[in-house]
Amino acid sequence: MSEKELVRFQIDGLEVEAEKGQMLLPVALEYGFEIPHLCYHEAVSPYGACRLCLVEVTKGGRTRMTTSCNYPVDAGIEVATATENVLRARRMILEMLLARAPHSETILTMARSAGIEETRFPIIDDADGCILCGLCERVCREVVGANAITFVNRGDKREMAPPFWDPMACIACGACVYVCPTDCIKMEEQGDERTIVRWKRTLKMQPCKSCGKPFAPQFQLNWIVDRVQLPKDFFELCPVCRKQKK
Amino acid sequence: MTGAQLEKILKKHDNQSSNILAILQDIQASENYLPRKTLEEVSQRLLVPLTQIYHLATFYRTFSLTPRGRHVVTVCTGTACHVKGAASILNNLERELKVQPGETTTNKEYTLETVNCLGSCALAPLVVIDGTYHGRMLGTTVLSMLKGEKKGASKKS
Ligand code: SF4
Ligand code: SF4
Ligand code: FES
Ligand code: FES
Repeated sequence: MSEKELVRFQIDGLEVEAEKGQMLLPVALEYGFEIPHLCYHEAVSPYGACRLCLVEVTKGGRTRMTTSCNYPVDAGIEVATATENVLRARRMILEMLLARAPHSETILTMARSAGIEETRFPIIDDADGCILCGLCERVCREVVGANAITFVNRGDKREMAPPFWDPMACIACGACVYVCPTDCIKMEEQGDERTIVRWKRTLKMQPCKSCGKPFAPQFQLNWIVDRVQLPKDFFELCPVCRKQKK
Repeated sequence: MTGAQLEKILKKHDNQSSNILAILQDIQASENYLPRKTLEEVSQRLLVPLTQIYHLATFYRTFSLTPRGRHVVTVCTGTACHVKGAASILNNLERELKVQPGETTTNKEYTLETVNCLGSCALAPLVVIDGTYHGRMLGTTVLSMLKGEKKGASKKS
């Protein structure tokens, strides 16, 4: 790897320093600036879907509005995080997001703090809270490696779904549940079954050989054993009993 | 699609996952749609996640996941065509063919589709039959053309 080059630039007048090519949003957040964002997560690549993280960047005498989560920083740029333009655009975006996710606490809170009481856009009839941010898909593909879900169709029919609406590759790990900014992916456990409600995936859980408690989906355990080439009996015990044995 | 047919297509594209779009196009051309089983085979053979293939298959208009008819009739419902009466053409076709846009007649003859602007608004309203553009259409003209009674002014796409 080549040596890391540090660059200096300004955020709202404050002189900051970061590695060249790092994305602007995480740098700004680290320096304590508040930039609302929904589709960014440090564990996966940026995607620029929600548009909330807009800022104004001046470079070479030109100023333009851009999403900060996928903007690589460079020496000498001047970033403004809360200009009148930025705030106006953000309010508009929040209103649009509200129409898709009228019940999301996260978005409602963001909207309120931006001074929005309600959206002027018609609330989407069967709004289920998904704002198509793509975080679940990136986590499932880049972090978990299961590739169980994807963007499907285009335009107003665009949705997040397993291929053919058959969640055969989902290992019910719950990573997408955890990362979804609007909480619209639910996970339920009943008896020895775990269900990822949104993807309609139900898997039987493996009982612990020692205490008998179901602790993880069998399909998931086999999948891990296969991928990492662990001994077949690697997951006989639940994490608690495994610790005690040691 | 038989295993041998798929084999031929994959070979033509050097079994390269980067050629996935061209591979899907060839399957679509041969089968008139993308059968699920074939897509699953492609996924396994080229080690491309099915999610990625399904994403492409549902993104591009040229692909269809359900069998298409022998003839594809596409009505442009873009702004210009709409103003010039696309809705009545579409109504006519829906009634006569007894299908909704996106559907195929039970005898597998016709698939009815809509599109938003084909960039030939001067010829509105536009109907595309099997890839050939027909401008200044009327519902009745389209129907008689389908029955092969009349050839309209056309421009190859
Ligand atoms: S629960 Fe299923 S869809 Fe969600 S991240 Fe895990 S494997 Fe992917
Ligand atoms: S389900 Fe949640 S994480 Fe996935 S795209 Fe929709 S809002 Fe984003
Ligand atoms: S966080 Fe940057 S576009 Fe969503
Ligand atoms: S609206 Fe039909 S071609 Fe443009």
